[in-house]
Amino acid sequence: MASIEILNVSKTYPGSAARSVTGIDLTIRDGEFIVLVGPSGCGKSTLLRMVAGLEDISEGEVRIGDRRVNDVDPADRDIAMVFQNYALYPHMTVRENMAYGLKNRRTPAAEIEARVAEAARMLELGPYLDRKPRALSGGQRQRVAMGRAVVRQPAAFLFDEPLSNLDAKLRVSMRGEIRRLQRRLGTISIYVTHDQLEAMTLADRLVVLNAGRIEQVGAPLEIYHQPASTFVASFIGSPAMNLIDAELSGSQLRIGGAALPLDAPAPAQGPVTLGIRAEHLHRAASGLSFSVDFIEELGAQRLVHGHVEGQPLTLALPPDAPVADSMVIAPAPGALHFFDTASGQRLGAAAPAPRAKGVFA
Amino acid sequence: MTDLPAPPLPRLARLRARFLAAPEPAKRVQFDRPLLPWLFLLPQLAVIVVFFYWPSVQAITSSFYIEDPFGFGSTFVGMENYGDALGSAEYRRIAGFTAFFTVMVTALALGLGLLLAVKADKVIRGRSAYRTALISVYAIAPPVAGLMGMMLFDQHIGPFVKLAGWFGWDMKVGLNYWDTAFAMIVVSVWKQVPYNFIFFLSGLQGIPAAVREAAVIDCKNGLRRFAGITLPLLAPTGFFLLIINITYALFDTFAVIDVMVKDKPANNPITLVYKVYLDGFRGNDIGGSSAQSVILMLVVLVLTLVQFRYLERRVHYG
Repeated sequence: MASIEILNVSKTYPGSAARSVTGIDLTIRDGEFIVLVGPSGCGKSTLLRMVAGLEDISEGEVRIGDRRVNDVDPADRDIAMVFQNYALYPHMTVRENMAYGLKNRRTPAAEIEARVAEAARMLELGPYLDRKPRALSGGQRQRVAMGRAVVRQPAAFLFDEPLSNLDAKLRVSMRGEIRRLQRRLGTISIYVTHDQLEAMTLADRLVVLNAGRIEQVGAPLEIYHQPASTFVASFIGSPAMNLIDAELSGSQLRIGGAALPLDAPAPAQGPVTLGIRAEHLHRAASGLSFSVDFIEELGAQRLVHGHVEGQPLTLALPPDAPVADSMVIAPAPGALHFFDTASGQRLGAAAPAPRAKGVFA
Repeated sequence: MTDLPAPPLPRLARLRARFLAAPEPAKRVQFDRPLLPWLFLLPQLAVIVVFFYWPSVQAITSSFYIEDPFGFGSTFVGMENYGDALGSAEYRRIAGFTAFFTVMVTALALGLGLLLAVKADKVIRGRSAYRTALISVYAIAPPVAGLMGMMLFDQHIGPFVKLAGWFGWDMKVGLNYWDTAFAMIVVSVWKQVPYNFIFFLSGLQGIPAAVREAAVIDCKNGLRRFAGITLPLLAPTGFFLLIINITYALFDTFAVIDVMVKDKPANNPITLVYKVYLDGFRGNDIGGSSAQSVILMLVVLVLTLVQFRYLERRVHYG
């Protein structure tokens, strides 16, 4: 049983005063698909590269299986990595690319051949085995890169934004292919992406990073429905969660001059940031008066952009829902999220496990 | 996408196809008068004709004549000049030394340049200072380099001679054949290393970081990684430098040799290009000297063709 433990890991680049990655704690169980997601510069790639051994670990400890690997050579960490721009060896054929890592580990030739053949079959690379990478399309190159990782049969796959260089359509099908492959092999995977859709669809557990720290860890839907902060709320989900200034007073929610009754006890009093998903707003007999600015037709739904009391708001309505220039809307029951105006942290008991330390389940 | 690539066209057919292909329309509209591009090319063409083709033709012509030493006339002698040159034991001895000298200078200059580039590539702190220090040698003119080399190997004040003395080597540059050869090779290599360094360094930096990192994960042994990944990816640079270095060793070391052996007793090693100069300009044997330079030209031509024919095949261009 393999597992990866990341214990209080930080990274400080030489010559820089601030940490790029701060106090990351994460335990990855066998067979888990973990996605590290966050905006560029949030430290997700740095974290992945510290696990791979391509960056030194400034503080803390990384354990793969039962070994502390801080000072272990990348080649001895029993990991395989798939890079954003494939990083294939341009002077080697597809077959040689896949066999190179095994040859250097003195795997018997027959075994190498069997593993390469198996990977080629799995990834449908059979006809291309004797081609050089430059004679392949982007998708094929990415499959070779995955094949190179698969033949090694490592304890973990590390993916560094592997689909960013592909076009949108190919990205969707490769996403499926990666998920299927990982299910089948049951190998731990750590996958870095800035694309929240990719993150949602691939992950067993999602790790949302912001400015070098973990904002939230959890299953994709858990994070979608219970974002721990305004950062997570605005980053996960498309369209982003509506975040508007409001005030709680007694059992009433005030937005500017309008007021809504609360259907649950208020988690706090005074000014808060209110979060509502676009799909949790609908037309109602009484509620907030909403004036429409413009409509985006997506086919399966229509996104209605407008404002309430001078604050921008987006509604996701069914495509056949009637829309007027000005309408009265109300949130679905139980769909309100409250966040602290200063820290952006979630208010109320519904928040998931505390994000201070320890293992996130 | 499922079909295999077509077998590569034979070189000649490919070349022909390239010439016969219609010019791209976007390029054709650049000049509406056919004369204009030639006008732009004229200065460059004039330089090539005046300084390369014309002297070459002159050399070939005069190699068939024996010229009167005072320039009053010349006699057609056919291939006699070539026969004299190739038949002379001295010429063959110098040719042998030239081959030895060229192999040594090329191998050492390439090897050291590569070694320094690999090491400098790894330096992170103060990398620009290192590079400037290594590259600046290239800015020294060959005769000055020769002169500096001469001083380093001077019988009385040369630190290298003193150094060799500590190890019991009584170095006599300018007197002893092999001591002079040693000094010539050292100075020539020293002069060429920065050039190779620049190219190898930029070649190394052209290797994508991710490819190197993938190799780090795939192969623990640094030397194996260098041989398996870095070196093949440097091959285009290496091949280019090989040709340049051979040409350098054969021709451009002239100034270094001149400074080292001029006004010295005989029995010093010289290379073919220096003999061309000696016979032609010192000995006034224009015909013989021309024949030698034509032979040299042919040797370099054949060498370069062989390199392109057999070596370039194994070079992978990214």
